[in-house]
Amino acid sequence: MTRPPVLELSGITKRFGDLVANDDISLSLNQGELLALLGENGAGKTTLMNILFGHYTADSGEVRAFGDVLPPGKPSAAIEAGIGMVHQHFTLAGNLSVLDNVMIGTEGLGLFTSARRPARRKLTELAERFGLQVDPEAMISDLSVGERQRVEILKALYRDARVLILDEPTAVLTRIEADKLFETLRTMTETGLSLIFISHKLHEVMAASSRVVILRGGKVVAERNTADTDRAELAELMVGRRVVRPRRQDQRAGDTVFSARNVSVTQGERTLLDDVSFEVRSGEILGIIGVSGNGQATLGKLTCGLAEATQGDLTFDGRTAKGFTPHDLVESAAGRIPEDRNTEGAIGEMAVWENSVLERISEPRFNRRGFVNRKACRDYSAELIRRFDIRGATPDTGTRLLSGGNMQKMILGRNLASTPKFIVANQPTRGLDEGAIAAVHTELLAAREAGAAILLISEDLDEVNALSDRIQAIVKGRLSAPVAASEADSRRIGLMMAGIWEGEDAA
Amino acid sequence: MMEALDIFTTASLWGAVLRIATPLIFGTLGALICERSGVLNLGIEGIMTLGAMVAWMTVYQGGDLWTGLAVAAFCGGMFGLLHAFLTVPLGLSQHVTGLGITLFASSLTYFVYRLSLPVSSSPPTIEPFQPLAIPGLSDIPFLGEALFSQTAPTYLAILAAAVTAWVLAKTPLGLAVRMTGENPHAVEAQGLNPIRIRIGAIVVGSALMAVGGAFLTTATFNSFFPTMVQGRGWVCIALVVFASWQPGKALLGALLFALFDAYQLRLQHVVEGGVPYQLFLMVPYVLSIVALIVMSRRARVPNALMAPYRRGER
Repeated sequence: MTRPPVLELSGITKRFGDLVANDDISLSLNQGELLALLGENGAGKTTLMNILFGHYTADSGEVRAFGDVLPPGKPSAAIEAGIGMVHQHFTLAGNLSVLDNVMIGTEGLGLFTSARRPARRKLTELAERFGLQVDPEAMISDLSVGERQRVEILKALYRDARVLILDEPTAVLTRIEADKLFETLRTMTETGLSLIFISHKLHEVMAASSRVVILRGGKVVAERNTADTDRAELAELMVGRRVVRPRRQDQRAGDTVFSARNVSVTQGERTLLDDVSFEVRSGEILGIIGVSGNGQATLGKLTCGLAEATQGDLTFDGRTAKGFTPHDLVESAAGRIPEDRNTEGAIGEMAVWENSVLERISEPRFNRRGFVNRKACRDYSAELIRRFDIRGATPDTGTRLLSGGNMQKMILGRNLASTPKFIVANQPTRGLDEGAIAAVHTELLAAREAGAAILLISEDLDEVNALSDRIQAIVKGRLSAPVAASEADSRRIGLMMAGIWEGEDAA
Repeated sequence: MMEALDIFTTASLWGAVLRIATPLIFGTLGALICERSGVLNLGIEGIMTLGAMVAWMTVYQGGDLWTGLAVAAFCGGMFGLLHAFLTVPLGLSQHVTGLGITLFASSLTYFVYRLSLPVSSSPPTIEPFQPLAIPGLSDIPFLGEALFSQTAPTYLAILAAAVTAWVLAKTPLGLAVRMTGENPHAVEAQGLNPIRIRIGAIVVGSALMAVGGAFLTTATFNSFFPTMVQGRGWVCIALVVFASWQPGKALLGALLFALFDAYQLRLQHVVEGGVPYQLFLMVPYVLSIVALIVMSRRARVPNALMAPYRRGER
């Protein structure tokens, strides 16, 4: 006999202007279940969970928790009913302690004093029971991302949550942290908690969940027991068509376009890059693989013209220098896809057409005697939108309104439209869904075929394997010697990423 | 030279420090409470002027001195509510709104004052707060005169600093206010309403500012004139930064500024020969800027200060 569901959403519909974010969605969660809510970016997953938790009010439909209807639009009611939410963007105050962040809202606001000692005891107990160790007195700003997430989970547990919703919990975690998280979540279901986690990553849905609900375009398109499905089927359900990530075809590389010789970058006492050398040749992709935080940011800055070498030289377009300015690079036809598309890649407040011509506004085709030629800019932007399939955009759309994948396509398009000689792609698919990843990969490979030299900096092993001709690992600011893709199996790359490559040079 | 140092050994200097500091303490605490919740309140200068007039007028019309302070606090709170309405639910620019409130409150104050007292060659006076000697303590030589023979609102100011410090640091309400200034989304996610918390903090803070202004007409002086706040509100805004948003340090900062001010007044009488007195007037401000530069490098700004909060947005 099955028990009644702990959580039941029925007929949830939510519109934002013309956009129907959730269209008559119904789903239920059973006791002790680990349910995955799978869907691409913009499928309506986060909206749905925000309605459930009371951040948004649905236009129609109702939420029942343990049989009772939840009043809409009241997070306090959801908390009361035993629902906890771990937001994708953590809702923590960095300048306050862990305990402060956990206790906020748990005591009456009229009290003369706060019962911190019993609260600390309860927190420590919970932390031990679920293996979520964290120092209650530590400042949030001193914690790693993984620890912050533990605090978010503890916040919900502290309030006796029996249902926990996690919005893309692994988006900011390393692979190891993510595995540890899912282990914790499984222990939690064993103690009777019921969980929903939102994701667009197939491998973790397959590995962790017991049941999957697939959302596409604001609708529930399918529901599967995880045991009865596989990655391919889920991918197809999620995207709505078969998605195949492209793979590199063999191709002879040309001359060296961009190279670094014994480059070090230091900042005060810290060495950010330590004696690195690499060269990227025309028509090839050089993949730099490594766990984030090992010097990729500096390498990206150096090659994008935002930092200079303290020692050693860079050579590009026949010039050797300690560093190039962004202007030099644009003039010499370099394309740059920065790590953080929101802060470095595009200006969210400006329209798509403005972002499209940002780097080239001084070219005669876009301005006339110092005045912007808006028509030419808009036409160019419309061309990019068409050619690179940037969805949901017109030249006049605010760039902030684009989804991550479409914003990335705009940045790619802006760089690739003028057949660059050299491209830096720093974490080009981070946070993107399957469809968008495939599109970005296709474009990068097309640029390679057209003869561009591409430096791909990534922490995604599958991505580096599929695209790169040669691979170097980055560990603590140092680069391994390059390995040809044909000789790179995952074991060898794993060792390289762990910093084990010395001695091989001699062999 | 010795005479310039001797000033520090006079009890009257230290007595004056507390007196001069009182409006600054109220004003700084008020601004600090607003900012801790994430809202800058540049209406302070106008709200202090308003408080000064309203308190004076209440007493002049036959009210009690304490009633005067209460009416000032109420009116300050109302202007705070206006600032809160514009900056919190509407999310307007806090700078522009604050300056607007200052202009509005100052002009309205003068308008009402002129309307009720159309002709006055010399401003009419009231009977102000008298020094309240604390029995026993005020008999201690030097300290008694310096610290324990103040007017009642001065003791109240110090008490207010202690209460503010306690509430912010130790109570659930204080935590909610601090958290709202750091990350209102975190507050909402825990089931509290950051908008209400902000509005409440601004109203209370503005009431304190008005009491600071009221001290000028009910204790420091005994009459009202429109320019009497003389930038004290702006000093308070700077003192909040100086204090790194901590009530204890705010009290200290206000006292330090008052010390400079009291000292320069006395220095004017000691230094002889041709030094324009305006130079002395500048001393506390110059020293404040120096202190601000030194202190604010380590200051810990509330993370969400001046960031409007809108539900469901990040």
